[in-house]
Amino acid sequence: MSLMATTRTSPIHHREADVIIVGGGFMGAASAFFLRQRGLSVILLERDMIGQYASGVNFGNVRRQGRYLCQLDLANRSRALWSRLPELIDDDLEFLPSGHMRVCYQQAQIAELEAYAAAPEARELELQVLSGKALRERFPYLGADVVGGSYAPHDGHANPRLAAPAFARAARRAGADVLEGVEVSQVEKTGSGFRVQTEGQGEFRSAQLLITAGAWGDRLSAQFGEPVPLVPRGPQMSVTEPLPYRLKTVIGVYTQLEEEVVYFRQIPRGNIIIGGCHRATPDMVSRRVSFEPQAMVLQMQQMRRVIPQLGNINIIRSWSGIESYLPDSLPVMGPSSQVEGLYYAFGFCGAGFQLGPGVGEVMAELLSTGQTSTHIDSFHIRRFAAAEQRERVAV
Amino acid sequence: MASSRILIVGAGPAGVRCAETLVRHGLRPTLIDENRRDGGQIYRRQPEGFQRDYRTLYGSEADKAKALHDSFDQLRPELDYYSDTSAWHLSGQRLYAHQQGRPLELDYDHLLLCTGATDRVMPVKGWQLAGTYSLGGAQIALKNQAVSIGHEVVFMGSGPLLYLVASQYLKAGANVAAVLDTSAFSKRLSALPKLLSRAPLTARGSLLLADLLRHGVSLHFGIRPLEVLGSTDSGVSAIRFARADGSVSEICCDALALGYHLRPETQLADLAGCAFQFDELSRQWLLQLDDLGRTSVPQVYAAGDGARIRGADAAERAGELAAIALLQDLNRATPELAARQQQLHSELAVLSRFAQGLSEAFPWPAQHAAQLSDDTIICRCEMISAGELRRTVQAKGALEVNRAKAFSRVGMGRCQGRYCAHVGAEVIAAASGEPLQVVGRQRGQAPVKPLPISLYAVEPTDPAPQESMQQPAPEVLS
Repeated sequence: MSLMATTRTSPIHHREADVIIVGGGFMGAASAFFLRQRGLSVILLERDMIGQYASGVNFGNVRRQGRYLCQLDLANRSRALWSRLPELIDDDLEFLPSGHMRVCYQQAQIAELEAYAAAPEARELELQVLSGKALRERFPYLGADVVGGSYAPHDGHANPRLAAPAFARAARRAGADVLEGVEVSQVEKTGSGFRVQTEGQGEFRSAQLLITAGAWGDRLSAQFGEPVPLVPRGPQMSVTEPLPYRLKTVIGVYTQLEEEVVYFRQIPRGNIIIGGCHRATPDMVSRRVSFEPQAMVLQMQQMRRVIPQLGNINIIRSWSGIESYLPDSLPVMGPSSQVEGLYYAFGFCGAGFQLGPGVGEVMAELLSTGQTSTHIDSFHIRRFAAAEQRERVAV
Repeated sequence: MASSRILIVGAGPAGVRCAETLVRHGLRPTLIDENRRDGGQIYRRQPEGFQRDYRTLYGSEADKAKALHDSFDQLRPELDYYSDTSAWHLSGQRLYAHQQGRPLELDYDHLLLCTGATDRVMPVKGWQLAGTYSLGGAQIALKNQAVSIGHEVVFMGSGPLLYLVASQYLKAGANVAAVLDTSAFSKRLSALPKLLSRAPLTARGSLLLADLLRHGVSLHFGIRPLEVLGSTDSGVSAIRFARADGSVSEICCDALALGYHLRPETQLADLAGCAFQFDELSRQWLLQLDDLGRTSVPQVYAAGDGARIRGADAAERAGELAAIALLQDLNRATPELAARQQQLHSELAVLSRFAQGLSEAFPWPAQHAAQLSDDTIICRCEMISAGELRRTVQAKGALEVNRAKAFSRVGMGRCQGRYCAHVGAEVIAAASGEPLQVVGRQRGQAPVKPLPISLYAVEPTDPAPQESMQQPAPEVLS
């Protein structure tokens, strides 16, 4: 049975609002919540179920370190919101500020970790770079291949399956219309605002429009003449049976080789969640993507490289989802460069989970005031228009 | 197409007859099986060195068991056979498995899934206590290890296996404290016309019943299980249940065998992308199949209880039919095969009618799922109660099985929903007022069963097909 057949259409109460949000992932749900806090009326349209694709299936890293420095202002703002959970939305996302350790296999990379830690943008992260004896004493279980690491005391992890649905419920309680099972077919600017046409569920109208459609965001931006070179990918996640709760720090490998990029976290109930090493290509028609066997093979090998003692344990489950990637590994976030009242927040390149609450708050600020105090200019969609222009000139 | 690579999963009645048919037509299939020896669950072969005779082990089915084992022994040189081999995933016509701690990857053009069935269980309050086994687990302990699960054993649930295993325990000298059947005896009478399609078998069922009565075993029909009593330290001490008239009784015991007929094992078919359909009578999701056993995915076939719960006799025939389908697909159809196909179909029609009679005589008590107390554990791996799942449905609006799983963890643990997803779905359906088929089916996720992380510490090798010498442990519900 396909997913589409089991998603029921929510009852429709309003057809007009200040803001229509297209896409009910973490970004859309958080934006709906914060827009309501600012008093704007909101209709969120989700084709399937809230938080079903990238938002619900990612690793659950609430990690700032390792991001591009230009992203840290936004990540810091988001981290402050994570600290206000669960009170902020009256729901528990199982957020644990457990600390995050970014380890490396090469001596030369220690200097890179130190340079990152010393950057002014990273000051709030309070990173500690460890190597040699200090590393072994602090993390005695790390394997001999690990030569150094950067410890982020305030990073942590949370449960991605719960996050977007919890924000959507909070938004709904605050008065937003959160509609599941409503597929948007066409979006267009009208004289006074936007008209959103759906598959069989009629038409919706709003003054402003926010596209938070993840791996489908490019299809909508293209309807406004702003195509972006987005590529969907399926992250590869697996989980072990429950074990004694010992690995309280999230660990991820810093390397240029994709197959070495393993990361894992243990949750208090004992399971270790493992991700990385490989990405699959989704089937965008059935909207399904597999966890591929080779990912399991690589994860097993790489896990044991980081922690050799992890011998006698079992993997019990694996999963994937549909994430969206852009060539410069940065999201599309901010106002349209073509259409007034149109905003985007999609394409988070497998690194959106930590940003979710911050993106919601920034987008709400942007839509209600026209500006934001957070640095997001590097994420503007115009960078792809410029790239396309250059290509045309070159041809 | 003579070089077509054919992979059969499962060496039970369906898998062996399937292999036999293919070999007879000049093909050399690869056959893998989870167990150390062939025969599947029902004709499970005792370990080498054990001397019990066929009559003792298989009772009235001894001749069939012997015939299947003999067929396998004759086939053995014509097969690439891997015993003690568990498949954990498949992708791009490659099956990923492991044998004795070593990875094994097998490429195929045609895949025949003869993966059998496991117990269908209904939770009861306290069933997480030590001493609670599935009926199948209790039977394996006896057949394979010649041990009883306890000194005083209660058999509870419904279905023909309930009486069969109870009487096997009796024969083995164990004390059977009671047989508690959730089905009313009247159901058996109303299903009788269908059951009489195999009158000798129905008569044997009645003999089992008479045998239990003669030995003074307490028998109750139309009961509702209430609670497994006992403590975490000492395990099961008694079973509390409501009789058909509503009065409550307790029976002392130190072990409970629990089962409600069977559910098909379909994880590999699910991972292969095969479509499912909802079966109203059994309230189960079954593979979509044509009348020869072709799934919705080209070159993937299914036979036996993993496809349709019809028992071993039907499985042998369905295995042969799936082989005929494959031969047709390889353009090797012959008039003899066509005639054989017709004969098998008419035999299967009788067996299917009988299986339907069994489903009607021993119905799955769906209403009991709705009545489970809030503190009954549904998912034993994750220790999630019926109440927690109901709250997930009501407070979080999770009306679909996979959604409710994501929020509540029911079906997320070691068993991957094999023992709880069908009950979780019933609880969701009852709590939301939606029909069971609308609530949906829990999607399978690799690995098929827990997979040791040490498996790929070494590079994959290509071991010669071989039978393992390792002793399997009985599958226990805990």
